[in-house]
Amino acid sequence: MNEAQGASLAKDAWIRLRSNRMALASLIILAIIVSFSFIGPILCEYQYDEQNLDEQFMGPNKQHWFGTDSLGRDLFARTSYGGRISLAVGFLATTVSLLIGVSYGMVAGYAGGKTDAILMRIVDILYSLPFTIFVILLMVLFGRNFLLLFLAIGAVEWLTMARITRAQTLNLKRAEFIEAARALGFSHSRILFHHILPNLLGPIIVYATLTVPAVMLLEAGLSFLGLGVQAPMASWGSLIKEGAEKMDVAPWLIIFPGIFFCLSLFCLNFIGDGLRDALDPKSSKD
Amino acid sequence: MRFIRKKRSLLLTCFLACSFLVSCSAPSNVEKAIDEQVLHFGLGAEPQHLDPHLATSVAAHNILSALLEGLIGEDPKTLKPVPGVAERWAVSNDKKTYTFYLRNNAKWHNGDPVTAHDFAYSYRRILNPSLGAQYASMLHVLKNAKVYHSGAKTWKEANVGVTAIDDLTLQLTLENQTPYFLELINHYSWFPVHPPTIEMFGAFEQIGTPWTKPANFVGNGPFSLSDHRINSVIEVRADPHYWDANQTKLSGIRFYPIETTDTEERAFRSGFLHVTQSVSSDRIEYLQQKHPEWIHFEPYLGTYYYRFNVTTPPFDDLRVRKALSLSVNRKVLVEKVLKGGQLPAYCFTPPDTGGFTAKEGYTYNPEEAKALLDSYLNEKGILSLPPIELNYNTSEAHKKVAEALQSMWKTSLGVEIKLLNMEWKVFLSSISKGDYSLARAGWIGDYVDANTFLHLWRSKDGNNLTGWSNQEYDHSLALAEQSLSPQERFTHFQKCEDLLAQEIPILPLYFYVHVSLRHPTVQGWHPTLLDHHPYKHIYLERRIKE
Amino acid sequence: MTRFAPGGPFDSDKAIPEEIKIKLQSHFGLNLPLFDQYLLYMKNLLAGDLGPSFKYVGWDVSELISLSFPVSLSLGISALLIALLIGLPAGMLAALRKNTLWDYLPMGIAMVGICLPSFVLGPVLIMVFSTELKWLPALGWYSWSDLILPSLTLGLFYAAYVARLTRAGMLETLKQDYIRTARAKGASPSRVLLKHAIRGGLLPVVTYLGPAFAGLVSGSFIIESIFFIPGLGKFFVTAAFNRDYTVVLGTVLFYATLIIILNLFVDFLQAWLDPKAREQQ
Repeated sequence: MNEAQGASLAKDAWIRLRSNRMALASLIILAIIVSFSFIGPILCEYQYDEQNLDEQFMGPNKQHWFGTDSLGRDLFARTSYGGRISLAVGFLATTVSLLIGVSYGMVAGYAGGKTDAILMRIVDILYSLPFTIFVILLMVLFGRNFLLLFLAIGAVEWLTMARITRAQTLNLKRAEFIEAARALGFSHSRILFHHILPNLLGPIIVYATLTVPAVMLLEAGLSFLGLGVQAPMASWGSLIKEGAEKMDVAPWLIIFPGIFFCLSLFCLNFIGDGLRDALDPKSSKD
Repeated sequence: MRFIRKKRSLLLTCFLACSFLVSCSAPSNVEKAIDEQVLHFGLGAEPQHLDPHLATSVAAHNILSALLEGLIGEDPKTLKPVPGVAERWAVSNDKKTYTFYLRNNAKWHNGDPVTAHDFAYSYRRILNPSLGAQYASMLHVLKNAKVYHSGAKTWKEANVGVTAIDDLTLQLTLENQTPYFLELINHYSWFPVHPPTIEMFGAFEQIGTPWTKPANFVGNGPFSLSDHRINSVIEVRADPHYWDANQTKLSGIRFYPIETTDTEERAFRSGFLHVTQSVSSDRIEYLQQKHPEWIHFEPYLGTYYYRFNVTTPPFDDLRVRKALSLSVNRKVLVEKVLKGGQLPAYCFTPPDTGGFTAKEGYTYNPEEAKALLDSYLNEKGILSLPPIELNYNTSEAHKKVAEALQSMWKTSLGVEIKLLNMEWKVFLSSISKGDYSLARAGWIGDYVDANTFLHLWRSKDGNNLTGWSNQEYDHSLALAEQSLSPQERFTHFQKCEDLLAQEIPILPLYFYVHVSLRHPTVQGWHPTLLDHHPYKHIYLERRIKE
Repeated sequence: MTRFAPGGPFDSDKAIPEEIKIKLQSHFGLNLPLFDQYLLYMKNLLAGDLGPSFKYVGWDVSELISLSFPVSLSLGISALLIALLIGLPAGMLAALRKNTLWDYLPMGIAMVGICLPSFVLGPVLIMVFSTELKWLPALGWYSWSDLILPSLTLGLFYAAYVARLTRAGMLETLKQDYIRTARAKGASPSRVLLKHAIRGGLLPVVTYLGPAFAGLVSGSFIIESIFFIPGLGKFFVTAAFNRDYTVVLGTVLFYATLIIILNLFVDFLQAWLDPKAREQQ
């Protein structure tokens, strides 16, 4: 029963999402950007870290589609490589926040009572810590590495996820089908994973879609402070930072990574909005 | 319509915002400065201390040389010694005793006369082991100063070579004859402090008392400290008590500790600054084309180099170090990457440092490099070197050099280098613990003499940190210190340079050039090797355009 | 925790003899065992003393915070005002004219505002208004006109968020029964909007304001470093880079207190705006 309901819900949502032109267009553009990031390096004859000191600051041309940077590196290669890093940071950090936030929120919501109160107070306290600052502190103190970067960001972003999950779980707990499952004597873990989790997917997906761009922005901010990825690796954030410094000398250095970065944030936000509308049971009433 | 109200308010907001914007276009700092004679100075960084005995940075020098004056001053063009607090001085025949005759009109900013006792007090303070001054070793040229500084004896017992014969006569006795002594005492570690002020805010050897705050600071230089807002501005004003106040043309200087080069450039271009601390290498070409009247390239006594950690593989083997050195094309590095007119460094001491120019010891020869590396790899029975980490402190400029070298080594030797940028403090701590294999470094001369460079590579010198030690080197440097003629000293210096080029504990890359932006209205500012610009000679004037 | 990170406040590029380092450390009490340091710190903290700064020798942490917080605060407030002044009308307009140009245009701009990193917007604004037009100062914190560009840069991002939230909140409220009742009762459209709809529509904005304000005050270090403003955010980042333990710790404590107070304030405001929440309490 449960699965059938889930499938129809998803199908329903998909139909509604499809009718949202903005969201659909965003989905297509995002798919193009993602494939550019992963296929791009194959199309391009240059490596992202390959220097040619005789070809510095070349504008976009036949050889270098996006131009070159201050060390004569091909910007096309660097943009697509940077896309991989930025998207990976975005998605992985979101996954981390998802894993922590959802399990924490589910436990709190399902257990209820004192456990819930204590767990949520902890979240409240953590909320009051300046967390952007916490990420900076982590990055400054323990040096830069890719793994730590998204772990740190993910660890910061899970709080809201936990709150949302908990609220939803609390609502679901009182639903009839959960009561029924309990009456049937299912174990707690079975109820949590087979009955509650599938019904949480909607809000979680929506929030996750909105977390990805937030994380990517945070990563760009860290790049600005020089706390991003290690050179000669690049992320969109670090490319934009470099480009912003040379805006009047070589505008293409900021334009190309900037377009990709903004466009993907744009798309992710629109998809998130679209999903919210599509998955919102209230909107189906009108 | 019901929304007209909203639209109208929106329009109104826009209108207000626009009129607001137009109304506030005020004349810029640089425009106002001609009348006010206030110099707006890009300081580059906030100094940690304003106490001359604790200060350690270029930024501190830039401020302290406005607030305080040593025994002698510097010629604005040549930096040759000129009278400062001391009107004249005499040197004994063995060149080990200097007698300074202080002028009687030298005053502290509160009106007290500057006396020889003040200088004696200051030297005793910086050498006091309890103060923990980093630059105290600058005074080790004084007789017995080392003993007192080690804490083994009291000032009296140690009999340090500092005697205030009377209020206006100061006699300094040296350990060895030191040809660069008069240049040396221009360093801020030799500047005097006002004893009553120091004592008022705490004990003599106490760190961090509030005597350096604007209301408390009593100096003896051309300017007095009038405002200090951390991370914002340090302001000094011309002081009437200064003995040469009539000759001082500026009425004040405002120092801005802007750390980012790009922010500094934006500030300069909007007429906020007269002088910047640096220019980003990527912008040199552009600025040269667009604003040749702003950009200045001036020689600067410093060497940019990389350290090898010779105690750990693979750099414990000379062949690997040599291979890396031989495959660096320094000419391409300075011309294509740095573009600031820097000189490629084929030795460690910059050319013509106090008259000494070292022969070029390091060379470029990628074939030989490959052969050396192959012989090492064959001996070890490996196909390629394990990845090597290159540490550098976070900065666009260091990153660029590191990336360029990384690619050179990859193409000519097939060596994989991993770049590791670290925060300044983390970087320093890992270097000083020897926890690195290859690391970026730079050394700026404290005075114009080859000794300020070559003493680094003595065994166990606190700044060596490569693990390299060579008795012959130590011996040659000691001989140089005791030499009587310049020629003899230079021969010993050359021996040291030869040893460096043979053993390659370090990889000199280029000699610094100070690239900065300076507004054409700044007059009396001359390029000098140490980037010192005595402020009392500077003034602002609009020259008629051609 | 900061203590375990590599590097120390007294590491410098010129070598320091060991005895000098020890002297410096004992001056700041860093030679004591960690636990004793902690006790000492807590003792001083209760007396309201956050200790001396390591980096800016001669300055106390409380002194530094009291100097730099007002800067961040005024920047934050003016950015917030800009955010509300632009965000609220834009959001309402979009909600009332749903699916018209007046909806798509402001929302499209808002999207750009959210996606554009401030370290791009800042230099662009400086380039246009200071370097080229020479209307406004490019940086610094010396006169009131220095406030405009940084608070605009900071405010536009939040304005975009506020606009989106207002739009969503208004749309939600306009569907409610009590609005229909008000309309049915013959209240004029502007009265419905101003008296009834705004209150409900603003709720999500208010909820957002608490964290946003904290973010405005604390998270503006990027703006502060682009515009060379001596605010708290910049102090914090510099302190973290310099291993200035006392400043880092002091700032974090200060922020935490600030955010807790702000959240409380927002809770009260929310209760006042939302009758339902009031009932529950």
